[in-house]
Amino acid sequence: MTAPHEVRLTVNGTPRRAETEPRTLLSDFLRHDLGLTGTHVGCEHGVCGACTILLDGEPVRSCLVFAVQADGHEITTVEGLAPGVDDLHVLQEAFWEAHGLQCGFCTPGFLLTLVPFLERHPDPTEHEIRVAISGNLCRCTGYQNIVDAVLLAAEMMRSSAVAGPTVQE
Amino acid sequence: MKPAPFEYEAPESLDAALELMQEHGSEAKLLAGGQSLIPVMNFRLAQPAMLVDLNRLAELDFIRPGENGSVRIGAMTRMTRLERYAELERYSPLLAEAIPFIAHPQIRNRSTLGGSLSHADPAAEAPAVCLAEGARFRLARASGERWVAANDFFQGLFETVLEPEEILVEIELESPPVRTGSSFQEIARRQGDYALAGVAASVRLRDDGVIDAARLIFFSVGDQPVDATAAAGLLAGETPSAALYEAAAIEAAEKEIDPVGTIHATPDFTRHLVGVLTRRALALAVTRAQEASA
Repeated sequence: MTAPHEVRLTVNGTPRRAETEPRTLLSDFLRHDLGLTGTHVGCEHGVCGACTILLDGEPVRSCLVFAVQADGHEITTVEGLAPGVDDLHVLQEAFWEAHGLQCGFCTPGFLLTLVPFLERHPDPTEHEIRVAISGNLCRCTGYQNIVDAVLLAAEMMRSSAVAGPTVQE
Repeated sequence: MKPAPFEYEAPESLDAALELMQEHGSEAKLLAGGQSLIPVMNFRLAQPAMLVDLNRLAELDFIRPGENGSVRIGAMTRMTRLERYAELERYSPLLAEAIPFIAHPQIRNRSTLGGSLSHADPAAEAPAVCLAEGARFRLARASGERWVAANDFFQGLFETVLEPEEILVEIELESPPVRTGSSFQEIARRQGDYALAGVAASVRLRDDGVIDAARLIFFSVGDQPVDATAAAGLLAGETPSAALYEAAAIEAAEKEIDPVGTIHATPDFTRHLVGVLTRRALALAVTRAQEASA
């Protein structure tokens, strides 16, 4: 046991603070100290991608970052994706529509990997999607439906982007 | 799987980090991107008494032009930043070509060039590329600094010339000379996995199209990157041809590497891969050199 350090960070837009040992992984900090159990812990050595979160907007494996390193930074977890409790993020909607999950254990990691990917690649090819998800393991779907879900989400995002200004007019 | 307890320091300046390493270098580990160190700590294969976290050192996160067409890269520059740096191809075509092979996007968002080089994993891409490009590294300590060529930096399995109190702070890569082409090739079982074998190749042509000099650095074939000087020597002074690449491939695969074999690749299979990669890399590097000469 070493002396606890104070960690202040913003999680899903809300400032949070907690004290933790330096050895606490960010994944455990989110789950145990902040109660955000949507971030799933699979392999804990950077292979499976289940614990992927956004650190300052970029996907990282939260099992390969110490919580103390997130001090002063912004985190987004799966709990922060949907706009409201009764709504889903477009990508979540597409995963539902395209049956992009079965047991769902890997899903938060896939979602957090793919949200920034779709922002950078609004019209991705299947190959680009497969490269983008190469760091996330899914043992249920065989990936095909996940790829379909991403293609569907991209289509939904593009059509809402086109529809957007029309609505405002 | 949780790391053992450790003392944690996150200095706000390089000077402070160097002071810490001066005092604690023998028991402290530097934490750069952490994408290799934290997994082994999670397994408790590493139990450092102290971590000195370099992630607050914005002064080591830079890409800037140097003298004579070189580029200088801060050791804490993350792979993703390099991947998105459009000019990188001009300074180091091999590094630009290699980065997408380095693990996965989530890893590249954390991992740093300096961290990968200091870790000196024999299966890593960055050390091989820096050897092939003739990179130079600036190593700092509280009492001064020194420049070390990539050639002299890597000493063996996870071994470099870095002293316990030193920090690799900067990498300098020079733009390739004219009529030079290169190719980075690796074979992995899945996208982003460690390579079963890989090569960083560079070929410089004379103005009559004959090969002036070549460099072949193989990685993931032994306990450190292998500079296949004999294979490269066969190429110098010769006219490019498939038969020539084959001769170099045989030399490299049969004589210059000494693979021990893993559960994924027997020594024979590794030699086979090295032969295939050599032929592919040389053909592409020569084509690129010819295009650069045209």
